[in-house]
Amino acid sequence: MNRPDALVIAAPGTNRDADVGFALERAGARANTVLVNDFMQDATRTDDFGIIVLAGGFSYADALGAGRLFALEIDHALGESLRRAVQAGALVLGICNGFQTLVRLGLLPGDDMTGALAHNDGGTFVCQWVRIRATSSLCVWTKNLDAEIDCPIAHGEGRFVTDDLAALRQHDRIALQYSSTNPNGSMGDVAGICDATGRVLGLMPHPENHVVDRQNPWRQRGTPVGIGLRLFEEGVRHAR
Amino acid sequence: MAGGARTNSTVQHICVEYLADDPRIAPILAAARDLGIHTLTNLHLADLVFIEGNVDNSTRALLESLLVDPLLQRGTWNDTPQNLRRYVETAMHPGVADSTTDQLVRLGERMGLGFFGVATGKRFVFEGPLSDDELDRLVASELANAIIERWSIDTPIAPSFVNPDARATATVELVTLDATTELEHLRTINVERGLALDDAELLAVRDYFAGLGRLPTDVELETIAQTWSEHCSHKTFRASITLDDGSVIEPLLAQLRRSTSSLNRDFVVSAFDGNAGIISFEPGRTLALKCETHNHPSAIEPFGGANTGVGGVIRDIMGSAHHPIACTNVLCFGPPNTPHRALPVGVLPPRRIRSGVVAGIADYGNKIGLPTVAGAVLYDAGYTANPLVFAGCIGTATHYEAPVAPQPGDRICVLGGGTGRDGLRGATFSSMTMDASTGDVSGASVQIGDPITEKLLIDVLANTRPYYRSITDCGAGGLSSAVGEMAQGVGANVDLSCVHLKYPGLAPWEIWLSEAQERMVLGVPPEHVDALRRVCERHGVVCSDIGMFTGDDRLTVRFGDTTVLDCELDFLHDGRPQRAMRAVLPRPNAQHQDAAPPWITAPPMRDIVLALLAHPNIASKADIIHRFDTEIRGATASRPLVGVALDGHGDGVVIAEPCARNGFAIGIGINPYYGLLDPRRMALAVIDEAIRNVVCVGANPDRVALLDNFSWGDPRRETTLGALVAAVGGCIEGAEAFRAPFVSGKDSLNNEYLGSDGLRHAVPPTLVITAIADVADADATVTADFKRAGNIVILLGRSLPEFGASHAAMALGAQPDGPVPTFDTNAPARYQTLHTTIAEGLISACHDCAEGGVAVAVAEMAIGGRLGMSFAPIPDASVVLFGESLGRIVIEVAPEHADEITRRFAESLVLGTVIADETLHLPDGTQCPLHAVIAAWTSAP
Repeated sequence: MNRPDALVIAAPGTNRDADVGFALERAGARANTVLVNDFMQDATRTDDFGIIVLAGGFSYADALGAGRLFALEIDHALGESLRRAVQAGALVLGICNGFQTLVRLGLLPGDDMTGALAHNDGGTFVCQWVRIRATSSLCVWTKNLDAEIDCPIAHGEGRFVTDDLAALRQHDRIALQYSSTNPNGSMGDVAGICDATGRVLGLMPHPENHVVDRQNPWRQRGTPVGIGLRLFEEGVRHAR
Repeated sequence: MAGGARTNSTVQHICVEYLADDPRIAPILAAARDLGIHTLTNLHLADLVFIEGNVDNSTRALLESLLVDPLLQRGTWNDTPQNLRRYVETAMHPGVADSTTDQLVRLGERMGLGFFGVATGKRFVFEGPLSDDELDRLVASELANAIIERWSIDTPIAPSFVNPDARATATVELVTLDATTELEHLRTINVERGLALDDAELLAVRDYFAGLGRLPTDVELETIAQTWSEHCSHKTFRASITLDDGSVIEPLLAQLRRSTSSLNRDFVVSAFDGNAGIISFEPGRTLALKCETHNHPSAIEPFGGANTGVGGVIRDIMGSAHHPIACTNVLCFGPPNTPHRALPVGVLPPRRIRSGVVAGIADYGNKIGLPTVAGAVLYDAGYTANPLVFAGCIGTATHYEAPVAPQPGDRICVLGGGTGRDGLRGATFSSMTMDASTGDVSGASVQIGDPITEKLLIDVLANTRPYYRSITDCGAGGLSSAVGEMAQGVGANVDLSCVHLKYPGLAPWEIWLSEAQERMVLGVPPEHVDALRRVCERHGVVCSDIGMFTGDDRLTVRFGDTTVLDCELDFLHDGRPQRAMRAVLPRPNAQHQDAAPPWITAPPMRDIVLALLAHPNIASKADIIHRFDTEIRGATASRPLVGVALDGHGDGVVIAEPCARNGFAIGIGINPYYGLLDPRRMALAVIDEAIRNVVCVGANPDRVALLDNFSWGDPRRETTLGALVAAVGGCIEGAEAFRAPFVSGKDSLNNEYLGSDGLRHAVPPTLVITAIADVADADATVTADFKRAGNIVILLGRSLPEFGASHAAMALGAQPDGPVPTFDTNAPARYQTLHTTIAEGLISACHDCAEGGVAVAVAEMAIGGRLGMSFAPIPDASVVLFGESLGRIVIEVAPEHADEITRRFAESLVLGTVIADETLHLPDGTQCPLHAVIAAWTSAP
């Protein structure tokens, strides 16, 4: 079986690049981590990659607001090539800080719909396990998921806010919703959204931290859980 | 930037506020109510960013697009608040690390925007008639901290900017001190310069320079004081101590070292040497272990103090050539509900200290990308003025090559953040000429950390091991300590004008002694410097080559051509006279108690259980734990919170790489209440607790390494030192009983505060033990939550009527006197049997008994499993449930294994049965519904 090449983009402060790299490898892809700085020295072409991932973390210390500088620097370093790659059929995944960055880049939600990730309603960073369910028949990453996913969140700015919740619903762009207690006050329990192509997904939770059973906190209880690896497998399958 | 451009420049500011509720407001309103300010009905909060320079409309538009998300925020340029309401504006002191400032300056440079200064602040606008006094109190206790910020009330603040044109001259001050100087005068110099040396040390300094026939420079005196400080040279742990019976004991550090070497365990790679202890549980892989304290900085600036404490201990691991993988912390605060009027002057409210410390630890660990996995939180009035913050870190290396001493010719490279005036004690150098900005640019002793810079350092070091020969971190004493230590036995020649600065204008002494965070010093063979630089450049890390190791056994420090320090390293490191101290050993109450005291047997057990669970030390710590990223790296195999709802307290945590079969467990023990009554037994108890914690999750109790952290009062008080001597004795007994060697430690002495009685008090004698244990199979671990109704609950170990300093006594308001629990010599063998039984898969749940005894252990297991338990009739039930005898563990087993378990464990007692009914049916017939248990457990302030 061929192993699609996945590009993981990391900025100073990105810290879940290794975790998502592990998840991608586990799902059958080959993960290539590149620093934004590397693009500036040598603009590695994004169109060599079927999957492009913006990993989680605190890029540029979240100074000025989560994802804002990462988006500016990606625009600066990659220019239009990221958008071109999406149009050419590449899959894009932004997790946590990567999601915040895709929103700031305007890749999500897209189509002049609004979206932002605001401070959690509790006011602080929160790390806890959540359960999310796939709710879109458009998003290629999630539409074939057969079960809910259990995985942690770890963020301070994850409250999804939009003026266009009804339109997002109507256009099938709400890819993932919290089915456990909404941990941050997101409108419509939104945990992740996709663009009009269904190939660009942004989500706040970290499925990359639940890709082997060892990571399942209920493994000694025998409780049935959904493994986050499935989401990456769907992406890799689609990219093949 | 040319001076001309600055003269034409203006300062503009943008005020950014949230359109909907700002989550930062509610805690401030609550704190105002706590302060007794009831006239404040609402509050508006906005962030201020000040830009100095020539800012045109397009730059403003760009900045606004970055700083303001129109869906969430509103930005207004150059507004002034209407004076209809009272308001406060704050601004950070220039030079205090602040990521917004740093990033905007970086962006401005990269994009050629026309500004050169950036400052940040906040604006608070108040609704309701506040008096001047109320406003002053609110600002001082909640809104700003003079250590890092300035503020103005009802007038716009004028921010200060770092002056990019500042210049310092490399003048050297000679201190008048020669062979004829009397001790009295030496003492005056000591106080004026804050050297903190004792008489013998002052005389040694005088005689050294008299022998050289010249006066010492200011830099030399300060460097010696720093190198000889308690913090850097552990004078007390190396002191000759005379006991009250006239006998002289072996220095405490030597005792601990000797204990470790006599245990001769094969998994110890390096103990009490360098930055961290190093062990190896498997061929080809080592672990570096370290735990540090950051108490005083956290008392005065809780966020920054705790933040930089975490950063510092992570650098200790990097300075041991290991890659950091997990963090721990132990926090001791005053009672959160301490009324403001009960606080000594200048002491921050415990609640504010707690929220700042927790936020500081979370900020550093979460941003640098390390899981913060294990810890403890305690409350006692003894910590109100003197909170304790212990921060630990564990790192890993494959095919570890110990860094060796630098060779003559190796370059001295400083990697990481710029050097600023961080941590300098301005008063020490009050006689020096300072440039105009010295007083304004922060001379604070605390800095806010910069975890992203340290993250980049980790990334650089992960890729450069072949390029450096020696390494250490910059901590207390800055370059003076780091280079001074590395140069030992070799010699070094440093040019301070080559050090990368945060802002210009630093005098040589400031550069040499700055405690700026996020810096590492590497000894690099000259042929590798370019390769190292290339990796640094890729990661955006600055690398300055500041000199070389020489081979002349001297420390020579220059600023360009001006020599500011020239000293033999032998004197710096071995010239300090050994301190001679006296100690009076404690005489603890050795009486035996024959039965449970009436205060524990009289009340209904239900009431005692609920009182225990509501005690702040025992109550749920979930709110704090959820602030820490416990999941990053995906290697957290057993968590601090367990059970159906992941809200039950676990025991140790297990770290194992997702694809590796094996891993290691971390356990923590602490009980200062025992320490007040019997420091020796405390040490034994907390070692036992730390090891119980790792055994309960499946680790091997015969492969454990220990770390010690002592936070104590002033050791010059003979009884305080006596308690320390007794505790170290207990540590060595415990280490030998478990064959668990100490590999690293840290003492923080002089933790004292001024009480309301006007006297100085020491913090409770606080010993934190961290146990790191081998886990051969990370899939064969156990959690503490009850698993299934019908299972049998069994207590392992013996229960004695030991209620001294028990939490039952504290929770019920009884006198906590009586004997402190004694060490159980059968515990090591019991833990070994438990370990094999867990490995065989016979144990469904396992939880250690510590504060609050069996009652709390069982309640936590029930909470975790959302199941109940029915107690069988048991003899001396009060002793079993509420006593805190050591060596006890509660286990849950399937009924078919119960006989086998009681056969294996000579000292075991069937406590009862797990039931589906979510209620605890206690031995005296009273009942506690689980919802009441959870309500009490989550009620703590």
